[in-house]
Amino acid sequence: MKRIFGFLLGLTLALLLTLFAGENPWNVFTILVRSAFGSMYDLGLTLSYTTPLIFCGLSVAIGFHAGLFNIGAEGQMTMAVVTAAAVGVLLPDVPFPLAPVLAVLAALIAGGLWGWIAGWLRAVRGSHEVIITIMMNFIAAGLAGWFALKIIPNPDSQNPETALVSPNYMFKDYDLVARLFPDTPANASLVFAIVIAVLMWIFLWKTAWGFKLRAVGSNPEAAHRAGISEKKVQIAAMTLAGALAGFVALSEVVGSAGQYRIGFSPDYGFIGIAVALMASNNPLGIIVSAFLMGALHKGASDLDLETSTITRDFSRIIQALVILGVVAQGYWEWFKQKRRKG
Amino acid sequence: MVKSILTTLLILSCSTLSHANTLKVGLVLDKGGKDDKSFNSAAYLGAKKAEQDLKIDLKYVEATDTNAIENLHRAFARKNFDLVIGIGFAQQDAVKKVAAQFPKVKFAVVDSDVKAPNVRSLLFEEHEGSFLVGALAAMASKTNSVGFVGGMDIPLIRRFSMGYAAGAKYVNPKINFTENYVGVTGEAWNNPAKAKELALAQIAKGSDVIFVAAGASNSGVFDAVEEKKKFAIGVDSNQNWIKPGVILTSMMKAVDIAVYDTIKETQAGKFTSGTVLYGLKNDGVNYTLDKYNEKLITPDMKKKVEEIKKKIIAGQIQVPDYYKKK
Repeated sequence: MKRIFGFLLGLTLALLLTLFAGENPWNVFTILVRSAFGSMYDLGLTLSYTTPLIFCGLSVAIGFHAGLFNIGAEGQMTMAVVTAAAVGVLLPDVPFPLAPVLAVLAALIAGGLWGWIAGWLRAVRGSHEVIITIMMNFIAAGLAGWFALKIIPNPDSQNPETALVSPNYMFKDYDLVARLFPDTPANASLVFAIVIAVLMWIFLWKTAWGFKLRAVGSNPEAAHRAGISEKKVQIAAMTLAGALAGFVALSEVVGSAGQYRIGFSPDYGFIGIAVALMASNNPLGIIVSAFLMGALHKGASDLDLETSTITRDFSRIIQALVILGVVAQGYWEWFKQKRRKG
Repeated sequence: MVKSILTTLLILSCSTLSHANTLKVGLVLDKGGKDDKSFNSAAYLGAKKAEQDLKIDLKYVEATDTNAIENLHRAFARKNFDLVIGIGFAQQDAVKKVAAQFPKVKFAVVDSDVKAPNVRSLLFEEHEGSFLVGALAAMASKTNSVGFVGGMDIPLIRRFSMGYAAGAKYVNPKINFTENYVGVTGEAWNNPAKAKELALAQIAKGSDVIFVAAGASNSGVFDAVEEKKKFAIGVDSNQNWIKPGVILTSMMKAVDIAVYDTIKETQAGKFTSGTVLYGLKNDGVNYTLDKYNEKLITPDMKKKVEEIKKKIIAGQIQVPDYYKKK
């Protein structure tokens, strides 16, 4: 959490901007805090945003560690979520403990495949992963939309969403976190997300695999000369990134909604980039930064309700300024280091 | 000094008292937002008018993502709003769920049917109004073909299309009819570029009157007909003013009146739950005629369409309803 200063700077700037809208910045700040943590209900909503942000943040971070910029978390997540919903709708008779495992495994494979394609194209064909993953996002949105609405639409609703998965797939009654936060989508996947973040930290810093991945990320040429196949590592990293984003299926389908709803994501995949940057790609830091961004998202969405001049668009401005603040701090550190060397 | 403090206190207590008595109304708009000049705008204007006339306390929000709708309703209910109005079919599940948890808060929902003791469903007979503008379209068409551009491909919009096609065929049984939809997701309400392409394609195929029911995407169709000097028909609000001369008429859906009346009745303590139907009978849907399109609708056309209107109200013309098709 070295970038907390940048976060605060961006937030302060954004709050000062509210002066121009005729609001009292302190007042806006208290609304933000209150509507993010004010009650168990508010906290539950914040946590329900936090969970997918942890997964997407980890997905982006593992790409960065391998020297790749994964902008495709959104698409990988979409593929995974629609796959989980498809398994749940098309195979309704799988018994309980097996069913959610099956759905999540299928989701991880779908997300991983979506990442693998980008990784393969990057490593073997030399196509730039930024372009590829952006385009894969659009393909995922199209495919998922088609599948959800033409193959397994919800017959009881005009909303663009899939049918509900069979109840065997949900861990509703066994979910202690969900019981803590009634009426919110918060669920036990949050615990999974934290566990996975810790596992990823161990993987990156305590295993040879993680070392290879970071070696390729910091200097592919040197890694190559040291006998590491940078192509294999790049493909593996993107596949892992896809699978990590795919874990969102756990919180969205198995944990809360029980279906894929088109537009369920307020751009988790993209906010995930900010989450990863804010934590300098440290998996443990991502837990905290995802929580901060989740709180900001929940808090900002209530500004519309509580103030007269600040609309939903303003929450985007706050997020953008926070990201700029974080990036600016990163740049400043880099600049200082360079000056010291030079 | 003491006097002035007392006066201040008095004023303060008065204002808080009157504040406590003010009806608090929360309006949850759909993704199109209050500036779509069509469906959501109508709802917003209705509520705004109520704010001015009835001195209510109005707060409106626009849904950012699918998850947000339920939270917005719940947020209003938790803040003890007296009446929460949801605009659009997408809010059905949210209202059903939240209304059950807050039995003391009154809810109203447009275009959704929710059966609960504290919910009023405001439904419109879109097919009847569409039938009228379909008839006008057929009368105005010189190429003997009319088109329909829908927003999101859902039963609600199919209902517009079906009534419209039936109206056109009623006037001219041999007329050609083409229909297209902008998309299958919520983005379809906000994609004027795609709507324009669809309209241009329909014009290329020969349509010269295009009815568009696509929220904020409507403007794309208006641009297309202006370029090609054809006609468009607006929807939900009276959209004739947007491009005078090329908008033949609008299929007006009185969402504003429905919202206004609901607020007014709630304020007077006369809120009733259940379904309120807005059709041709009670001017809930209609075609529009004003200074912007009076030159486009000839007296002859007006006479014919008024006749059709009377026949529909009298039940002599059965307008096909997509909802009852199955």
